Amino acid sequence: MMWINLYSLMFYVSGAITLLAAFMLITRHNAVHALLYLIVSSLSTAIIFYLLGAAFAAAMEVIVYAGAVMILFVFVVMMLNQGQRSAAHEAAWLPAKGWIMPGILTAILLILMVSSLVVEVVPMEVHEVTVKQVGTALFGPYMLVVELASFLLLSGLIGAFHIARKMPQTHNPEQSQ
Amino acid sequence: MNAVLVQIINVVVILLFVVFGAALLTWVERRLLGIWQDRYGPNRVGPFGSLQIVADMIKLLMKQDWVPPFADRLVFIVAPAIAMFVVVAAFAVIPMAPGVGVIDLNIGLLFFLAMTSLGVYAVMFGAYASDNKYALLGGLRAAAQMVSYEVFMGLSLMGVVMLAGSFNLREVVLAQADGWYIVPQFVGFLIFFMAGIAESHRTPFDLPEAEHELTAGFHTEYSGMKFAMFFLGEYVSVLMTAAMITVLFLGGWLGPAWLPPLAWFLLKTAALVLSMILIRGALPRPRYDQLMAFGWKLMLPLALINLLATGALTLM
Repeated sequence: MMWINLYSLMFYVSGAITLLAAFMLITRHNAVHALLYLIVSSLSTAIIFYLLGAAFAAAMEVIVYAGAVMILFVFVVMMLNQGQRSAAHEAAWLPAKGWIMPGILTAILLILMVSSLVVEVVPMEVHEVTVKQVGTALFGPYMLVVELASFLLLSGLIGAFHIARKMPQTHNPEQSQ
Repeated sequence: MNAVLVQIINVVVILLFVVFGAALLTWVERRLLGIWQDRYGPNRVGPFGSLQIVADMIKLLMKQDWVPPFADRLVFIVAPAIAMFVVVAAFAVIPMAPGVGVIDLNIGLLFFLAMTSLGVYAVMFGAYASDNKYALLGGLRAAAQMVSYEVFMGLSLMGVVMLAGSFNLREVVLAQADGWYIVPQFVGFLIFFMAGIAESHRTPFDLPEAEHELTAGFHTEYSGMKFAMFFLGEYVSVLMTAAMITVLFLGGWLGPAWLPPLAWFLLKTAALVLSMILIRGALPRPRYDQLMAFGWKLMLPLALINLLATGALTLM
């Protein structure tokens, strides 16, 4: 009994951390701080996955989202080196009037989500999903999706290769001098 | 209740072992490098200089805990804590002997990879928060290097996973009862060894903190205990890489019965740590583009070929 209490306590604490971090993420002006909160929120999402029995999904959430995707974000933000001036620019691009329509739409979405949560009370049931089960699902019923994703990745790779390749005969001012 | 007590003792002893082992390693490394380079190294404080770490610790603790006024305060303080936390947390999944280990996780190997991939943030946030050009260059180098080497670090381990049929590190060790995986997975072993050195950014992969061009790289602005946490984190990560190689490729605690299992584990780990120190004493630092080309053009294809061959042999 104590174990179940501790379990749900951890679930709600990591849920609260996720929400708080997400809120801090969208209200920060400093891009690096915002990314720090985004990383915290994906880490606590990983804890929730783990508590629900999806250990493999939790590990992937950390390795892929927190460990690879976010690093590229931080990489770009570090190179841009934003200061106070760009924060002022950004404030000018987002006037208060622009928030009315998105606000209404989000409110409708929120009402829908909350009402669906209130009506359906599903008791939390944990069954562990092993790595083997994930593998057989990926290369069984979801084979086509895996192949499509790999097509997408390959085309992305070719695109990146094309953009980053050295031009053979371009004018190079350092060599001509 | 008794089981809980045993587990708590387990956790505390392993934590102390890791932190003090890493601290002792700073002295071992300086002494050994000295001997190999035909000089003494630190030999004044205590017998053979072994109390040098105590002197260093007192010095670092007495220093003023200073944050540069131009630094991003929050991120500046968080970065060294991340550096220390991720490597110590990764130690939790390493099985040292039957009954010795913090947690027996089914996704132990993935947890290790997750923690190493989070280690990049310590360097990047430290570099960003310092607001210093040397630090930023070091941080960018570290990020590119660690992200690239992580890719085939994970791939090189998949051969072991295929042979053992599990991500659970205890089961990986037990699966090596008939023979250590260093024999069928020799290529994987080499790739993981090099990627492990690169992940803990030690020579010859220490371009992020190359002192001849970047003063001290990403931790240029750090001093006192914050610097010590970066420094100690690096040594913990050396210990962790060695322990991980022992578990995955050298049969963990398995060995002839005339020594207890824990002694075998510590012996193999110590041998690997010493070889990593010897590499630092022997190899020069490559140029940065050479480092990246080596990773992407040689190590990645090798890791993929190793993975394919292992897969084909397992299916036959």
